[in-house]
Amino acid sequence: MKADGYAVEVDGLVKRFGELTAVAGVSFKVDRGEVFGFLGPNGAGKTTTINMLCTLLTPTEGSAKVNGYDIRTQKNEVRESIGLVFQDPSLDDRLTANENLDFHAVIYAIPASEREARKKEVLEMVDLLDRADDLVITYSGGMKRRLEIARGLLHSPKVLFLDEPTIGLDPQTRSHIWDYIDGLKKREGNTIFLTTHYMEEAEHCDRIAIIDHGKIIALDTPENLKNMVGGDVIRVKTEDDAKAEVELKERFGVNILEDRDCVCFKVERGEEFIPRVIRELGVRIQAISLHRPTLDDVFLKLTGREIREEEADSLGDLRTFARARPPFAR
Amino acid sequence: MASDIKEKGLKEKMTAGPDKRGRSGLQRAMRGVYIIWLREFKRFWRDRPRRIGGFAQPIIYLALLGVGMQSAFKVFGGGDVSYVKFMFPGILGMTVLFTAVFSSISIIWDREFGFLKEVLVSPVPRSSVALGKIIGGSTTAMLQGMIFLVLAFTPWFYGFSLSTLWKVLAVIPILVLLALSLTSMGVAVAARMTSFEGFPIVMNFLLMPLFFLSGAFFPLQGLPGWMTVLTKIDPLTYGVDALRGIMLRGVDIGAGMQSSVAQFAVWFKDPQIYQIGMGKGYPDPAALVSATQRAALPTQTYPMWLNVSVMLGFGAVLFALALWQFNRAE
Repeated sequence: MKADGYAVEVDGLVKRFGELTAVAGVSFKVDRGEVFGFLGPNGAGKTTTINMLCTLLTPTEGSAKVNGYDIRTQKNEVRESIGLVFQDPSLDDRLTANENLDFHAVIYAIPASEREARKKEVLEMVDLLDRADDLVITYSGGMKRRLEIARGLLHSPKVLFLDEPTIGLDPQTRSHIWDYIDGLKKREGNTIFLTTHYMEEAEHCDRIAIIDHGKIIALDTPENLKNMVGGDVIRVKTEDDAKAEVELKERFGVNILEDRDCVCFKVERGEEFIPRVIRELGVRIQAISLHRPTLDDVFLKLTGREIREEEADSLGDLRTFARARPPFAR
Repeated sequence: MASDIKEKGLKEKMTAGPDKRGRSGLQRAMRGVYIIWLREFKRFWRDRPRRIGGFAQPIIYLALLGVGMQSAFKVFGGGDVSYVKFMFPGILGMTVLFTAVFSSISIIWDREFGFLKEVLVSPVPRSSVALGKIIGGSTTAMLQGMIFLVLAFTPWFYGFSLSTLWKVLAVIPILVLLALSLTSMGVAVAARMTSFEGFPIVMNFLLMPLFFLSGAFFPLQGLPGWMTVLTKIDPLTYGVDALRGIMLRGVDIGAGMQSSVAQFAVWFKDPQIYQIGMGKGYPDPAALVSATQRAALPTQTYPMWLNVSVMLGFGAVLFALALWQFNRAE
């Protein structure tokens, strides 16, 4: 009956913690079955937004609906509709994986007759079936994360929230987790709402909202966002760079990028341009490389900063701290 | 294929409204209470040092403090007062009370390690969570109390007899009441607290006066007026009084004291000694004599109905406070 509306509908959401405005008015809509990513540096307001959407925090202003239910007035319905994987671990590590899932099954009122089958299914999906009766304290970081994803899915939520699902994991485990998330969409067809500050991971999403200082500064598919930056960057190394630069400007009509210690230029179709330049350039080429725009470039273009710079920012740290604590701190 | 169909069916059931699942709000709340209680209990049971420590502590108190005080009484002319017997109900109360209060540190633990979020975003009402914690903490407290109660059957205390059995059975409801009240007190404090270090300090600050003024360690006789007033205000006084009233019924604990105090008084009546005594501010022998006419060590000071009513009222207030605080926590 609720299947027609949006999975998530956010309108002018604001959250302030005293002086600090963590989320400064965001609006967006997420379609059903979509993998929607929130991309931004630490402290941009990603987790605060998630916490509001999952009813852990009350918004200062604005409204939002999850699965068609209002996050202010229909908290219980929202809670029944969502699954959550938090940024910080939230398992009971003195219990076994099975017991953690049992706990979840009961608080989400999964009928006892379906519980075992459902548990087996989600454990199988994350390859933890053979470790189901081990205490979680014996698990590795990646296994815990997988178990949390399994738990988030146990009650077949309409919308699954994943807050930094791969934070603090090694690259191999991260790519594993993504395999599961990609597989999820196919198998269960849930809407997935995730946040990340890893640019390369955001590419797994159908659509991405780039968020900075509590505001959405761009929202589109990864492809379109990258097209915003415009073209590929080609970098060449030649026997005589000065001569090459002149020739490239005059014969090929490209603009050499200034302020870089290389011969670099932007073209629309890099892969087609390379053979031509190799064939026709009068200076002998020693090396040539093609750099496709990434979401990093998008962020750089939109904000004038690299996304990772933000992590060293002291306000960012403060926000990280404020965010890590707020829901239950005071 | 078969699993696909099954999954589909499962999903339909899961996404149906709460009514279709045939679970009323109350049922859901009760299940929440149950599973939270079960988790508390499992965690306690798996923690062997905690089990052993919880049992050893009251025995150490009883053995060292009880025997020490008994010997001291003898030196001060107490005769063969059975101080250990007198103290047993007090230490029993102390065991239950401290375990109960400090069990609620698990809320802070859960918050710090993220598990609380799993519970708070679930559709289980907050009050169920608080109630589950209260019953869970009371259960562990009662278990320790019960192990300790086994000692009552030994010859050092009340002996292996039917009358001891009746006493033990009668004392259990009082202990349950104590445990529930004090766990509620712990939950009320822990609900909005974030620091592991702060909790014991706050709890001791609240608990120590309550405990020392309750008469668990020493008889509440001949105290200065202000302190007598405080002991009458202290709700735990009535709990300890009830425990002692039941456990010490028909037990001879202070005959020796009565006679020796009487002797003391007679000795003081010697005019010469009386003169010296008054000069040095010793108590009036007349007062001493009248003191000896009361029971030397009190068993029960207040009527049982008063004790139980005060405990019930105290428990109800703390319970309401715990639910209120827990619902307020974001």
